Amino acid sequence: MTTATTDQAMLCDGILRPGNTNCAGCGMSLGHQWLEQGLEGAKLTLCIPACCGIVAAGAFPTSAYGVPTIACTFASAAAVASGVAAVRQLNHEDDLTVCWTGDGGTYDIGIATLSAAAERNEDLIYICYDNEIYGNTGGQRSSATPQWVKTSTTVEGKAEPKKDIMAIMAAHRIPYAATLSLAHRDDFLRKIRTAQKTRGFRFLLMLSPCPTGWKSEAADSVDLVDTAVRCGLFPLYEVFDGRRYRINARPDGTPLENYISRQRRYRSETLDLDAMKREVDAQWAYLNTVARTFPAREGE
Amino acid sequence: MARALVTGNHAAGHTLALAGEANRSARGAVCGAYPITPQTEIVEDLRAFEFTKGRVIPVESEHSAMAVCMGGALAGARSFTASSSNGLAYMTENIFAAGYYRLPIVLIGVNRTLGPPWNIWVDQGDTLMMRDAAWMQFYTESHQDLVDTILLAFRVAEDPRILLPAIIAEDGFVVSHTQMIVDLPEQELVDRYLPPLDLPHRLRDQAVTVGGMIYPRETAKHRHEIEDAMQRVPAVLAEAIDEFERVFGRRPHGLFSAEHTEDADTVIVACNTMARTLRRVVNQRRERGERIGMVKAKLFRPFPRAAIAQALRKAKRVGVLDRNHSPGSGGIFWQEIATSLRPPYLNGGGGPLLQDYLVGLGGGDVTPEILSEIIDDLVARKTPEEPLWKEVLA
Repeated sequence: MTTATTDQAMLCDGILRPGNTNCAGCGMSLGHQWLEQGLEGAKLTLCIPACCGIVAAGAFPTSAYGVPTIACTFASAAAVASGVAAVRQLNHEDDLTVCWTGDGGTYDIGIATLSAAAERNEDLIYICYDNEIYGNTGGQRSSATPQWVKTSTTVEGKAEPKKDIMAIMAAHRIPYAATLSLAHRDDFLRKIRTAQKTRGFRFLLMLSPCPTGWKSEAADSVDLVDTAVRCGLFPLYEVFDGRRYRINARPDGTPLENYISRQRRYRSETLDLDAMKREVDAQWAYLNTVARTFPAREGE
Repeated sequence: MARALVTGNHAAGHTLALAGEANRSARGAVCGAYPITPQTEIVEDLRAFEFTKGRVIPVESEHSAMAVCMGGALAGARSFTASSSNGLAYMTENIFAAGYYRLPIVLIGVNRTLGPPWNIWVDQGDTLMMRDAAWMQFYTESHQDLVDTILLAFRVAEDPRILLPAIIAEDGFVVSHTQMIVDLPEQELVDRYLPPLDLPHRLRDQAVTVGGMIYPRETAKHRHEIEDAMQRVPAVLAEAIDEFERVFGRRPHGLFSAEHTEDADTVIVACNTMARTLRRVVNQRRERGERIGMVKAKLFRPFPRAAIAQALRKAKRVGVLDRNHSPGSGGIFWQEIATSLRPPYLNGGGGPLLQDYLVGLGGGDVTPEILSEIIDDLVARKTPEEPLWKEVLA
C-alpha cells in the first residue's frame, strides 16, 4: 500500500488500489474495478459509511482509495453526498458524487437518509454492494439477508424474506435504478455508463459475494453470482423513472441447488427448497408482468 | 447597521443567511434544514433567503441535517444549521463527527427541555449535552448578543488556528419568540468581517480519505490537537472581538463578564437570559449597599477556568444558577466552576463557599423574586450543601 503522506500517493490513480484489506473473493474488489472501467476516468468523490468498504481503505495515513473519499457515519452516506453534490453543482464542477455502501447502510440504518435523498432527487450515484449480511461485524442478519440463511443472529436460519429494495427505490420514481451482476461485465459497464449520463438520483444494486460470511470458496464468487442470475434468484433489470422496466437476463433453468449447495450459510434445518422455488417463480411472474405492461423506451 | 424589531429566531436566521451569502465569492453556502420547536423560524428563514451561491437542503431528520452540513463543509462551503432539544439529541452522532472532522460549522441551539415527558420550554440541558463533542459553545443573553455571537463564531471557527465548529445557545421562547430592537448587520459589512472560507482539508483532486481508520497513537494526537485548538480560542476570540468593533463600530460581549466582583462578598454565576434578570436584581441590591456581584458565563467550551477563577477569587460565597440537570451529579455549570476554584486555576487554599442552585428547569420563570431568595440563602449560608432544587411556580 502506498503512503498518503507523499504527493505521489495523493495523486488520484483509480478507485481501489492494490494492498486494500478486502478478503479474497470479496465482490466489492471486482465491483470497484468495473466501476472505474465504466466511468472511464471521470472524476468522482466517494462517500462510504461504516461497512467493509471503509475498512478496505486501511488505516491512516495510508488509503487504498485513489480518489477523494469521505468516511461517513453509518446512516449518513446519502446526506453527506447531498452536501458534497450541492457544492459541486454551485461551483459548476462535473465531478460525480458516488455513495458506496453495504446492505446495512442501505436496507437498514441508512434507509431514511437514502429515501430522503432519492425523494429530493439529489444528483448522485448510490451503489449498494449487497452481501446480504453485516459482514464488517462478523456476519449478522440484515433485512437484506435471504430467508432461511444462517447468520450469527439467525442461527436456525432467517425466518423473514429479503427486503425488496429495488421495489422501494422504484417507488421513489428516481430516474434510474438497476441491478449489477459481477458475472455480466458488458451489462455492468453499460449500466454504469447509463448512470453516469443520467442526472438526478441513480440507484445501483450489486449482489456482492462474501466468502467469509457466505461460507463459500473465494474462487467461486463470480460463478455464484452467475448462478444466482441463471437460477432467477438475482434478476438483472433496469427501472426508468420508477415506472418503465427492462429485463436484461432471464432464468435459464439452472437449479437453485447449484447456488445454495456451495454456501454453507444455506445449510439450515429450516430451508424449504419448494418454498424458495415458489418465491423465485412469484418474483418472476411479477417482474415479467410489469416489464411487459410498462416497458422501457427504445434507446433508454 | 439597520435597527429592526425582530424575534430572536428571525435575527438568527437572517444573520446566518448573511454569513452564508458572504461566502459567495468562494465555494458558497450549504445548510441541512429540519424543523423543531422552538427553532423552526430559523430554518424557514434560511429556506426563504435567495442565496447567490448557496443551497438549503430540506432533509428528513436532524441527523441528516448535520450530515449535509458536513458534506457541504468538506466540499468547501460555509455550513450552518439550527436545532433544539430532542433534535439535537438525534443529531448527536453527527455533531461529534463534525467536531472530529474539524469542520467550522455553526449551529444555533435554541434551548429546549429534553423529553419525554414533552416540554417545549427553555432548559440548557440540550446544548450542554454536547459539551464533549469538540465544539465551541457560546451562551447568549439577548437578541443582540445572539446576532453578534453568530458572526464572532464564524470568524473564530474558520480561523486556521481553530477549525472547530460552534454551538450558539439561545433561550427558547424567552429569546426565540420575543421581539427586541436589534442592530442587524449589512451584507457589505458581513462580507468584510467574514473572509472567504478556505478549509485546508477540503476535498480536492487528491486521493485522501477523510475520517478513515486510525490507531490509538494517532487518536490521542488528534484529540490533543483539538485541545490545543480549544486553548487558543480565547485569544483568537479576543482578536475577533476587536475586529468586530472595527468593522461594525460596536463592541460585542466578551467570553464572560465579571460585574462588581472587585468588592463583592457574594457572587452569582449565571448564563443566558437568567443573567439579564440577575443583573437587575444585583444592581438593585447594590443600591441598598449590599456587596453583591455576578459573573455572566458566555463561553462554555472552552471553559475559561483561569479567567473565571480570577474573577471569583475575592468572593466569600459563590452561587451558581443551573437551568439544567445532570442526574446523579447536579448542575453542569456548577461542576465547571467547582473545578475552576481549585489549583492550578485558583491557588492559595480555601476558596469561596460554593453552592449550586437548580432553577428554572423545564422553562420555569426565573423571576427577580426567585433570584432574590437565592441571594438571601447564599448570603446567610455558612456551609455548602448538595445542589439545591429551587422550585418555581410556573
